Amino acid sequence: MRDDRLTIAGREFRSRLWVGTGKYKDFIETKKAIDMSGADVVTVAVRRVNITDRNSENLLDYLDPKHYTILPNTAGCYTVEDAVRYARLARAAGVSDLVKLEVIGDERTLFPDTAGLIEAAKILIKEGFVVLPYTNDDPIVAQKLVDIGCPAVMPLAAPIGSGLGIRNPYNLKIILETVNVPVIVDAGVGTASDAALAMEYGADAVLMNTAIAGAQEPIAMAEAMKYAVEAGRLAYKAGRIPRKLYATASSPIEGML
Amino acid sequence: MHIQVNGESRRVREEINVTGLLQDLQLNVERVAVEINLEILDRGDFDVRILEEGDRIEIMSFIGGGGGISDS
Repeated sequence: MRDDRLTIAGREFRSRLWVGTGKYKDFIETKKAIDMSGADVVTVAVRRVNITDRNSENLLDYLDPKHYTILPNTAGCYTVEDAVRYARLARAAGVSDLVKLEVIGDERTLFPDTAGLIEAAKILIKEGFVVLPYTNDDPIVAQKLVDIGCPAVMPLAAPIGSGLGIRNPYNLKIILETVNVPVIVDAGVGTASDAALAMEYGADAVLMNTAIAGAQEPIAMAEAMKYAVEAGRLAYKAGRIPRKLYATASSPIEGML
Repeated sequence: MHIQVNGESRRVREEINVTGLLQDLQLNVERVAVEINLEILDRGDFDVRILEEGDRIEIMSFIGGGGGISDS
């Protein structure tokens, strides 16, 4: 897999498994799970610094930005204005121009507000951001995001944290066929087979958080996800056999008694 | 004088600049973003920007996160 690198906006990524850093027990578990997963892209959220507890540790003390691509998100933003504000703050905090853009439409589903997403993406792209948009499994919206200058799209498999797996494989396949930028399946993965399936369909990477952090044994699940993504990618490149209704024998008739 | 830092009122000395505030709060300048009255400050201006009475300051940094927000 060494030469099978993912390139987005001129940046090369070693791993096709990207991970979030939320919901872990502590920073040590976060770091162990991420190292086990092999991910070199990790998402982080932008929040107020704790100014009352001076001993509070910083996530980046554990995840050195020299070794990981830190991908700030705009998680929790429900309006264009908020998403743009958080993206600008993330850039000002000095990591990079990358942003995983989320404009959330609804609290129960956490589905993206795709109209707001496109609007926010336009503003940020104009300001020089590399916008990786968290979007719905809608091929038309995905294409619009590409048209306005997103160098990759991140359609959801299922609602964030739901663990439902790929709810709409046919739409995902259409997105994979129609957009000419990397597609990172983001959110909704429940277990290893979900991640493998996304990669078998031809996704360029999979991003997950809860599936690992919420597992009974997060570090073990991180390892499972690493192999699932690698296996799915290899299977995609190898090219699967077509599905047929009836059997096709694998042993020759010739030489039988 | 009084300013607002991350939503809380705080008493600081007159003529303090942003770097001074961050030092008082023992924060690593490298990893924070500072917004004053909704305007994001360039890192290069931390030394020159003098705070004024009533300024509303937000000091932001990175925390663990995936998609959405959780209550944990």
